[in-house]
Amino acid sequence: MPAEAIMADKHSKDHDMHAHSAHEVQPPVLIGQHTYGSLSDKVASIPLDPKHSKGWIFGFLIAFSLFGLLHTVLGWVFAWGVGVWGITNPIGWGFDIINFVWWVGIGHAGTFISAILFLVKQQWRTSINRFAEAMTLFAVACAGLFPLLHMGRPWRAWWVFPYPNTMGLWPNFHSPLIWDVFAISTYATVSALFWYTGLIPDLATMRDKAVFKPVKMIYGMLAMGWRGSAAHWQRHQMAYLLLAGMSTPLVLSVHTVVSFDFAMSLIPGWHTTIFPPYFVAGAIFSGFAMVLTLLIPIRHFYKMKDMITDKHIDNMAKITLATGWMVFYGYIIEAFMAWYSGNQFEGFMMLNRMTGPYAPMYWALILCNGIIPQLLWFKRVRLNMLSIWLISIVVNIGMWLERFVIIVTSLHRDFMPSSWDMYYPTEWDWGTFIGTIGLFLTLIFLFIRVLPMVAGFEMKELLHHRKKHH
Amino acid sequence: MNKKLEGKTGHEYWRSFEQAAETPEFKAWAKHEFPNEPEIWDRGTTRRDFLQLMGSMIALAGLAGCTKQPVEKIVPYVKQPEDLVPGRPLYFASAVTLNGFARGVLVESHMGRPTKIEGNPAHPDGEGAADSRTQASVLDLYDPDRSRAVLANGELSTWTAFAAAVARRLDIQRIKEGEGLRILTRTVVSPTLAAQLSDVLKQFPKAKWIQYSPVNRDNAREGAIRFFGSDYAVRLHVAKADVILALDSDFLNDGPGSLRYAKEFASRRRARGGKVLGGKMNRLYSVESSATITGASADHRLPLASSKIEDLLVAVAAKLGVKVKTAQSFSEAENRWIAAVAKDLSVNKGRSLIVAGDHQPAAVHALTHALNRALGNNGKTVAYTQTVEPVSQAQTAALKELAADLEAGKVDDLYFIGTNPLYDAPADLIFSEKILRAGFRAHLGSHEDETGRHCHWHVPAAHTLESWGDARAFDGTVTLIQPLIQPLHGGKSAVEFAALLEGKAGVTGHDRVKEYWKTVGSIDWDKSLHDGVVAGTAFEEQDPAPAAQPDLKRTEAAQAPEGIEVNFRPDPTIGTGESANNAWLQELPKPITRITWENIIAVSPRTAAKLGIKQGELDTLDAGGRYAKSSVLWIDWSGRLLEGPAWIVPGHAEDSITVYLGYGRTRAGKVGDGTGYNAYALRTSASPDFIRGAQVGVTGKKTAVASTQDHGSMEGRHLVREATAAEYVKHPEFAQHLVHDPKPNETLFKPDEHLKAENQWGMAIDLNTCIGCGACTVACQSENNIPVVGKKNVLNGREMHWIRIDRYFEGDADNPRMVHQPVPCMHCENAPCEPVCPVGATTHSQEGLNDMAYNRCVGTRYCANNCAYKVRRFNFYNFVDDAPSLKLLRNPDVTVRTRGVMEKCTYCVQRINHARIDAKKADREIRDGEIVTACQQTCPTQAISFGNIKDPNAAVTKDKADSLNYGILTDLGTRPRTSYLARLRNPNPELEPAAEGSHAGGGHHG
Repeated sequence: MPAEAIMADKHSKDHDMHAHSAHEVQPPVLIGQHTYGSLSDKVASIPLDPKHSKGWIFGFLIAFSLFGLLHTVLGWVFAWGVGVWGITNPIGWGFDIINFVWWVGIGHAGTFISAILFLVKQQWRTSINRFAEAMTLFAVACAGLFPLLHMGRPWRAWWVFPYPNTMGLWPNFHSPLIWDVFAISTYATVSALFWYTGLIPDLATMRDKAVFKPVKMIYGMLAMGWRGSAAHWQRHQMAYLLLAGMSTPLVLSVHTVVSFDFAMSLIPGWHTTIFPPYFVAGAIFSGFAMVLTLLIPIRHFYKMKDMITDKHIDNMAKITLATGWMVFYGYIIEAFMAWYSGNQFEGFMMLNRMTGPYAPMYWALILCNGIIPQLLWFKRVRLNMLSIWLISIVVNIGMWLERFVIIVTSLHRDFMPSSWDMYYPTEWDWGTFIGTIGLFLTLIFLFIRVLPMVAGFEMKELLHHRKKHH
Repeated sequence: MNKKLEGKTGHEYWRSFEQAAETPEFKAWAKHEFPNEPEIWDRGTTRRDFLQLMGSMIALAGLAGCTKQPVEKIVPYVKQPEDLVPGRPLYFASAVTLNGFARGVLVESHMGRPTKIEGNPAHPDGEGAADSRTQASVLDLYDPDRSRAVLANGELSTWTAFAAAVARRLDIQRIKEGEGLRILTRTVVSPTLAAQLSDVLKQFPKAKWIQYSPVNRDNAREGAIRFFGSDYAVRLHVAKADVILALDSDFLNDGPGSLRYAKEFASRRRARGGKVLGGKMNRLYSVESSATITGASADHRLPLASSKIEDLLVAVAAKLGVKVKTAQSFSEAENRWIAAVAKDLSVNKGRSLIVAGDHQPAAVHALTHALNRALGNNGKTVAYTQTVEPVSQAQTAALKELAADLEAGKVDDLYFIGTNPLYDAPADLIFSEKILRAGFRAHLGSHEDETGRHCHWHVPAAHTLESWGDARAFDGTVTLIQPLIQPLHGGKSAVEFAALLEGKAGVTGHDRVKEYWKTVGSIDWDKSLHDGVVAGTAFEEQDPAPAAQPDLKRTEAAQAPEGIEVNFRPDPTIGTGESANNAWLQELPKPITRITWENIIAVSPRTAAKLGIKQGELDTLDAGGRYAKSSVLWIDWSGRLLEGPAWIVPGHAEDSITVYLGYGRTRAGKVGDGTGYNAYALRTSASPDFIRGAQVGVTGKKTAVASTQDHGSMEGRHLVREATAAEYVKHPEFAQHLVHDPKPNETLFKPDEHLKAENQWGMAIDLNTCIGCGACTVACQSENNIPVVGKKNVLNGREMHWIRIDRYFEGDADNPRMVHQPVPCMHCENAPCEPVCPVGATTHSQEGLNDMAYNRCVGTRYCANNCAYKVRRFNFYNFVDDAPSLKLLRNPDVTVRTRGVMEKCTYCVQRINHARIDAKKADREIRDGEIVTACQQTCPTQAISFGNIKDPNAAVTKDKADSLNYGILTDLGTRPRTSYLARLRNPNPELEPAAEGSHAGGGHHG
């Protein structure tokens, strides 16, 4: 262990002893002999570097070409209709809604980290919250595409908004899809505001550090005249706290409402009261998995192991494990209830999931979400970046499969055996899915290149606390 | 140039001189211009799709909406036609011919456009009902692929030129007394046409007129001759029969009398109030090789290879005291069956009936006549009349003779009137080569088909709705056929064509038909036209005495060869191929198999196992997707080869397979070309009905077959509820006890909230009489402008039918019971589809209809997901074919739906609204029976009742009050307005002892 790290460890220990009067040994959340200046430099250096690194260009080009694929697919879907997808008569929703729910779920970690962990004063969140929040926004942007895309007549999409019109027509407020519209748009708005509010002090730092005039001007405009005065700080902190308070219920409500899309219907496998908590837990589960999937390579390539420490990864892995169990509990209860209810349709639905044509999906889902995450009990696994990265990807796949199983296996064999059918995704389904991954990654690449991906001022606060207690 | 334009009649606009002339230069230019896609020019769709794509691209570029709309002038009538009220249709009585025989119809006409064909209530065959093919024939009228001009050697010509050419040829033939003149028609059941052709034969004594329909009554004819000494038509009185034995006969769904027979059959199946109406339920035994609707309706069905059915009948005859040389032995179960049937028949002497299918050999027909006579059924359940066709002919023999004459070079002039032997003649006659020997070949046909393109002259045939004519129905009743529209493409009717041969070139169809009826005697022309029947033309029933020495000899069986029996059957929806270009029929799922868009080789589960056929389960996950599920089989019979997809049909006879005629056409048109395999390739003049000793195997290839129902088991769900008649009498309310429904008004909300308005529409479907024929599906398609989607989309499960027939198998896979259940929208009072729509596009009307506002729909498909009955249909693409001629077909009362919109059964809300307007104008209530939905109207067995469930005297209210009435999935609290009356069977206790203590027959399902 380099001397620097030992020192940091010591500092950290001291800090924790003072802060919590606790005797257990806490791993550090900030490593190294950082000063305010070095932190600022490190955070700002990535966006302000005039040269694009080769790795970034390479990654961006891949992401951007997938984004191009999305354009092609959208053009095709709009030109011909949703019939280009594999959806059929009993299976009216396929990849469109699977991806929608998947992306919305991923978009939960950011706000959870920023808002809830902020309110419960989890200081380790500071170095990852910015990134997680950005990821949230991009995931919600991807998710937001699908409600529009999945419509038969997307050019009429604005009818789902309540706007005054001469015909006196309103959307149907009974429909969970309308609740979705409100839930998702509110969530997107509040998350964006929260993220932007958190960015302002760092944007000012960027403005101050930028050398090239136009760049300086852009950051300047975005910083909205931030000068770092005490009044600014006081108001900023209050606004941030309020937004955190507002975001917190949204984290829980969004996926609850999304789960209502299913729970409010009468389809066996959808019509389940456990859905809201189980969906929220699943969302946080998948969100943390996605944060891990992205952050582990980023902290490696951008050499940020001092800010995003093993402690962060470890904590996130623990949350993943905890939420994973909530989800797994949901699966168990679903199966139990199907049997316990004595309802012929529920029972068949569960049996069909486990033994029907899509049984491989179901068992893969159990493996990905229920079995493999159990490895996270082992500290060795949690601290091995490769293993935890692989597990996070497995969880991402598992959560995608979960939505596939819920949507497809419930619809493909419901009440009328005469109408049973199979769902096979087409190349356009895959194109849409991969295309949105392209959109997501493109945005991520742009984000890490133009904005500070670590909340510099919060890190400085952390440093300040550390120094104060030292 | 001008000469070319002469050929066009009426308003045919031409865009350029080149196009109008269709010169070779122009065609060459077009080929050159589109070298890779030569078909683009011929086929409208591709180009249209291209334009659609272009259009949407322009729209995406933000340039849309700026086009100038074409000026359309609205001009009032100068002289208002009588009775024509814009917005209200007129109905004209006429007939549509199926294999020559008349189906009495009423044709709905909107502003001069025939839009829908319905049964004529005054006509004896359907009494208002119509079968699917009759109804779908209106689509043939507007078929964009119909031929549009007289062609001489493939070049545009004119009718006048053709008439001149015919006159020249006839002049030559006159000298030879017509020695080289041959006329090939289908079975002619038109008195006028028959008289015309007889007239031609009089003028040309050595000429020959050959009738040939690929599925004909040669066997029945021969059987009648063997027994009676001359040919008679058999007429059944199904309503009077207590016990019916059907021998490979689909008399409920196939043949000229089927509508009538189905109706009479149903009249003996109904039960209400704990009693079977009419006292005693009939009992149907069916022994058949392929599974048919008649077999599915039977109380006892025995799958047996076609070639063994004669033996079975002989065995039955032996028990009834009619001794014929007996043959092979049967299994114990089969013997039990034979004994029970024979006993039942003999106990019910005079009230029993034996029906033989047309493809059974003459011996079976002769023996059937003998048995019916011995059982005293003649004059009671079965009657004989003169043959309906004026000239009865051994058709296959006649065609064979024509082939020989052609071969010998005896034929100079060959006229094809609506026939297509190059497609449908027996393969051994090799017509495609032989007809080239005739020096002058002229063809009258709706399409320039396989035969038409090999003729010197092709004349476009007028559709029945465009022409004057006449035809007899199964009982001889004549209907005068009247045109509803000028020939769209200047087509000529068979009567007009035959008039040329008679040397009456200038005579119109109208005049010729009228002239004929003048010679027959005085008929009330106007009244006959108006009523759609010529009064008193039904043939008198006779009781012919058997010939002195009735010939009951057995069919000479060549020693039973090793191998498999192959049956030839007309396709259940498209027939023998004439309707191949009819997209409604192509997409109508075939009864029993539920397959669309192609023919299959039907194989029993055991035979399939023997042959090693692995049919991928349609509802299992498959790496190849849904497109490669069925094995392709090869059939080799005496060196004749055939390939087609195997389809395992539970209940098919063992060691026997069925191939269906009508597919594999090469010049049917855009719709029919390239669908299915051509079973005629295996069919010879010697054995056109079934062959024995074929070698069959799997090719190793896989193919996709588009079936609309992949799962045949009810999975223990009480969707179709069933009991025996005996159980029903004991427990009339058995159907109520299978599912514990919520009590009707067990709700926190105001219970009768839904019943506020005066009229509350509801429907009841009697599963007891429904035979599953699918006529309702076509009626609905026609009434409601429902698009077809094509094979690929059916494979994807995207068929659009608003009323579908669900078919379930139950019991033993080798001989399962089959039940049918028509499923339209349930119009749930508590509809799950309604609350989930984000834009409120589907809402409940005051009168209990689950309405669909197409304009408001954004297409989230949530409603379809949440529909427990899966009756909602989504326009995944723009399924509407907007070929100009098809636009004329649409019902103006029903919106045509665009891409991305959900649709479903509306209970024919347009008909409800018409009735409401009428009632309001007359200041009265809507009467019961005033509103008839399309499906209800056409149902041959009147299984559907519809009306105001608030009116205690309405037929539907009475049906719904009956103990047989039940709703499906009512435990979900949906309160469906469509309900079902449970199905009853009438098994022979000797074959099926009553189950102990069971009061719910339908307990065990698959």
